[in-house]
This record gives sequence, structure tokens and C-alpha cells, in this order.
Amino acid sequence: MSQHQEQEQLTSYQKKMNPNVAMVLSILLAGLGQIYNKRYMKGISFMILEIAFILATFDFLWLGLWGIVTLGTIPGVDHSIYLLVYGIVSLILIAFAFMLYIFNVRDARKQAILLNNGWQPPTFKQAIKNSYDKAFPYIMTAPGLVLLIFTVVFPLLFAIALAFTNYDLYNSPPRYLVEWIGFANFTDLATVPIWQNTFISVFGWTIIWTVVATSFQIVVGLILAVLVNDKRVKFKKTIRTILILPWAVPGFVSILIFAAMFNDEFGAINRDIIIPLIGGNGLPWLTDPTYTKMVLIMIQTWLGYPFVFALFSGVLQSISSEWYEAAEVDGATRLQKFKNITLPHVLFATAPLLIIQYTTNFNNFNIIYLFNEGGPAVQGQNAGGTDILISWVYKLTFDTNNYSMAAAISLIIGLIVSVFAFFQFRRTNSFKEEGNI
Amino acid sequence: MSPKLKSALELTGIYAIFAFMTVIILYPIVWAIGMSLNPGQSLYSSSIIPENWSLEHYKWLFTDPRSNYVTWYKNSMIVSGCAALFSVIMTSVVAFSFSRYKFVGRTSALYTFLILQMFPVMMAMVALYIFLHLVGLLDSLTGLILIYVGSQIPFNAWLVKGYLDTIPRELDEAARIDGAGHFTVFWRIILPLAKPILAVVALFNFMTPLFDFILPSIVLNSPENYTIALGLFNFINDQFSNNFTRFTAGAILIAIPVAVVYLFLQRYLISGLTAGGTKG
Repeated sequence: MSQHQEQEQLTSYQKKMNPNVAMVLSILLAGLGQIYNKRYMKGISFMILEIAFILATFDFLWLGLWGIVTLGTIPGVDHSIYLLVYGIVSLILIAFAFMLYIFNVRDARKQAILLNNGWQPPTFKQAIKNSYDKAFPYIMTAPGLVLLIFTVVFPLLFAIALAFTNYDLYNSPPRYLVEWIGFANFTDLATVPIWQNTFISVFGWTIIWTVVATSFQIVVGLILAVLVNDKRVKFKKTIRTILILPWAVPGFVSILIFAAMFNDEFGAINRDIIIPLIGGNGLPWLTDPTYTKMVLIMIQTWLGYPFVFALFSGVLQSISSEWYEAAEVDGATRLQKFKNITLPHVLFATAPLLIIQYTTNFNNFNIIYLFNEGGPAVQGQNAGGTDILISWVYKLTFDTNNYSMAAAISLIIGLIVSVFAFFQFRRTNSFKEEGNI
Repeated sequence: MSPKLKSALELTGIYAIFAFMTVIILYPIVWAIGMSLNPGQSLYSSSIIPENWSLEHYKWLFTDPRSNYVTWYKNSMIVSGCAALFSVIMTSVVAFSFSRYKFVGRTSALYTFLILQMFPVMMAMVALYIFLHLVGLLDSLTGLILIYVGSQIPFNAWLVKGYLDTIPRELDEAARIDGAGHFTVFWRIILPLAKPILAVVALFNFMTPLFDFILPSIVLNSPENYTIALGLFNFINDQFSNNFTRFTAGAILIAIPVAVVYLFLQRYLISGLTAGGTKG
């Protein structure tokens, strides 16, 4: 009988767990809900965590939030940029705390429901082991994540914030305060003549540069790969090695050597090739924007085709010869074989990497800057004649210290790049491969 | 025209194209080597085949007290070596979690990585500069390494995850049944099988800092902290025609070992990229 009574007592005691009460309690203070669920250790450690977080970061968070809203109020005392940095760090911290808080609330509710259904809470030792299993992926990713937040996420957020301020050389702390100015930088880009002209010509050239230079790379790489793959060609290994050579030489070395070779006055191209063959004073490779653009595209083709070539060569060697034999039986011409067998195979296997080639060139700062520092200068705009968006950003940042405008243009670059990202990975299947633990 | 003649003509055409490409490829390289052997410093009086060649520039790089070349070389090796090592550790651990575990936030983290890897670090250079200034790592190799390691995570985590997904899960399940813990599975099963892709990650993250010019130029400002790319650029940046021969000598000394390594490893690089890239 006593056993029966005990059983009844136990069920009635268990019924008392109201999931909503547990939830509300854990919203009030992290851990309260867990204590209500009689998980004392868990509840107390959650509570300590929350209180410690609030005590340790309250002043900082308050300063940061105040700072990011006002960007300082007293010129010379408040440093707007540091305040902005504190603000962003505060927001990141709050986002993290918020995520943990949601976890705590959901945990309290879920456990209350489980307890009502007669679930036996694990022993302390068991609980530790369970939480280790659960936490393992988090522990493993945490160091990388923290580093990523500080070297990538935080700088990006900062750049985005900067795009909506008026931070430049004339408006720089600690002497002056920086202010939020909304979309003024973007409207300036679209309406103020000098910005508008520069933006249109730089943007146009960036697109031409990306499309033409990358396509050249791919076409040259493809042609050479197909030619080397021809059955009749001998010394394949030697030829491949020579053709890959430009990839093996460090890019910055090749670019600087090219810059010297194309030097208008003492460069080898003018001195040893153009003047002896054509006469005159040589061509203005570095002083005329059109010539510089042509040379840049040629050099990028030189630098970039070997990667595509190596990529394609690998794929070509893996296409089974049965395909071609079957096509020959059907009397296909060489062009047909190329179009219907070679090209689809090659492009299917390498498409994502080819798209990466385009995005790389879109932001290919090195060649533009090292070859001619984006020059030559052009009248009526504040970027050089061959500047692409990213090198213009660099110049705005480090030459003219127009930080906010540089950030605004960076943001535009970012938007364009995300469109690429969307197209590239829409069909990826990595998401389907779910983890199973 | 007989088929045989046609084939011979075609073949000649193909070889002609190769010959043409060889000239275009080798001309700048040979020219640079020629320049480095010219005794004078000016580009104007130098020629591709020097009349009285000498190794004086190479000697200058290593022996002249004003030359920082050896320091730069050492700095570059430190930065590249650390970046490669820590990148491999961080990336493999992150990719392992993403490939083998189900946890809250996994999918959103993967999408975030996807978008983040598209943004060039350069976009945020002002912020990086201010950030390093705040934590006192400006003009230090440590700051540079941290940025390299952090910013490669999104791209390489995808690359390695794509590769790890192709390793059969039955292997780790079997190991778990035999009592292996999380770490043991990672260390004894996954890591050895993932060696090819990790080699690719290591090589990429060794080479990127070695040739990078922009980030060091933002972060480093004292010549004794320069990496080799930055140092060599400053050789010729000030007075272009005056130090060019010296620059080529320094450049060749870094280009040769790198080129040799690349030519040996390019096959693995390509197979690693296509394996992870097309599936990931």
C-alpha cells in the first residue's frame, strides 16, 4: 500500500512541472527554470554564468551601445572610431549572450515537458558525459570561430558601419567627431559629378577587366589543354611543364618584371621589340590608359591561363576514350566531338573553380596596383585610368584617407560579390550531406 | 590533300603554337635572369645578355650591411610556416565538426562561411588596421599571421569539408563501436585519410602569405619586419630604374625554390581542388 501511495505522490509531484512556468522563470533569470525542474547543478551554473556575464561586461556594453548610437558627444574627448569599435564588439557579445539565453529558455521548457512524460533525469556523471558529446562540435569549432569573428566578421561589420558615416581626413577623431549620415555617401556617388564620373568609369573597367581577362585565361587554357592532349603530340610532359611555368613563378615577381619590361623609356619591349621593328619612340604602355589596359589583360592571361590549363588537362585525361570511339562510329566531325563530349565534360567538372576565377579577378588588386599603381592619372576623376574598384578603395583609404567613401564602395563590391556567391553554390550538394551524430 | 599530309601539317601547326607559347613564357623569365647578372644598377644600361656578367647583386643581398634581405626571407618563412600550420589545424577541426556532427547552428554557419569566403579581406582593411592598433599587434608578424589564419577559414573549411564528406562514415562508426572517442576518431581515422587535402591547404596557406603584398603593406611598417614581397617591392618603388637589377636578383632567389615546389606538387594541387571543389 505504501508503495502505491509513494507512486501516487511521485506522479502528482511530477505533474506539477509546468513547461510554461519553467520557461517564464528561465526568461527572468537564466537557470531559474532549471532549478524549478530540480536540476540544481545545471541551474546554479547557468545563473552564475549569467550574473558573471552581466557583472563583467555591463560597463563595457553600456559604453559600447551608447557609443555606437551617438558616436561621441564631446569633440576632443570622445573618440568616435573607438566608440564605434566598442559598439560593434558589444553587439557581437550581446548576440552571443542572446543565443545562449535562448538555449537556456528552450532547455528549461523542453526538460519540463520531458519530466512530465516521466523522463528520468540522468545522473550527474551521465549528464557530464552527455553534455560533452553535445558540446564536442562546439568546442572544436570555437577557436576557429572566435578568430573568424575578429579577423573577418568584425572588420566587415565595421566597414559596413563606416559606409554610413562621414569619417574622412577632415573629419577625423580625436579632434572632431564622426557622425552618422545615412546614405549620403551613396547618393554622393550617384549625383556629385566627380564621384559619378569616377564611379562609372572605374566600374565599367572593372567589369570589362573581369570578363575579358578571365575569359582569355580560360580560352587559352582550354585550347592549349586540348592541343597537348592530342594523341599525336610527343614530349607531353616537357610541354606541360613549360606551359605551367608562369603559374609556378610568384605572381608579384612576374608582375613587377613585366612592369619594368613595359616601361616607356627603358623597358625591353619598347627598346628591343617595338622601336627596332616599327620605329618611332615606342608605344606609351604606362602613360596611355588604353595601352595600359591592353597590357594588363595580356599579362593577366599570361599569369592565369596555366591554372586553367592544368585543371583542364586533368579532366581531359580522365575522359574515357570510349566516348570518342562511339562518336567516330557515328561519323561525328572533330568539332562535334569537341562540342558534345569534351566541352561538357570539362566545364561540368570545373565550373565552380572557373567562377572563382572570375571573382578573383574582380578583386585582383595585386596586378592592377603592382603594374602601374592603377595609373596613368586621368583628368576629371579621382581614380587612375586602370583602377578597378578594389584598388580605388585602397587609394581612397591610404592616399586620400576618405575612409567612409572607401567603405561605401567596399559595400558595393560586397553586394556584387554575394551575387556571384549565390550563383556559384546554389547547386552545391554539401548541405545535403548532413552530419549524423 | 592526303590524310597523312593533312595530319602532318596539323601537327606542325600545333608544335608552332607550342614554340610561340614557349617564347612568350620564357622571354620575361630569361630577361629577368639576364638583368640580375648585369653589373650596373640602372635598367637603361642593362641588357638581356650582359657583356660582362657578375654576381655582385646576389653578393650584395647577403653581405651588404644595408641589405635586409636575409631578415625578410626569415620573416616570410616564419609568417608562411605559422600560417600554414595553424590553418591546417583550425580548418581540419572545423571541417571535421561540420562534416560529421549535427548541431544547432550548423547550417547557418555553413551559409555564413559561404558568403564570408567571397569577401576579400581587403574590403575591411581600415577595420583590420584599427583592430590591430587597438590590440597592439600593428607592425608585428603575429598580427599578420592571425589575419591570414582567420581569413582562410571559410574557404578552406568548405574545401576540406567537401573532401571529408567523401570519406565513408562506416569507418568512424566502426571505430566508435570499438570504443573510440570523438578525438580518437578525428586523430586516428579522419586525419590520416584527409592528408591529401590538408597538404593542399598547407601549401596554399604557405604560398599566399609568401606572395601577398597588400596585407603586409598595411600591417608592417618597419623594414626589419618586412616580408619578402614587401621588401622587394620597396627596392624598386622608390627609384625604379636604380635598383631594378638588385630586385631581380632577390626575386629570382625566392622564385626558384617556389617554382620547383610548385612544379612537383601541381598534380596534387589540382586533384585536391577538383575533389573538394566540385563536390563541395
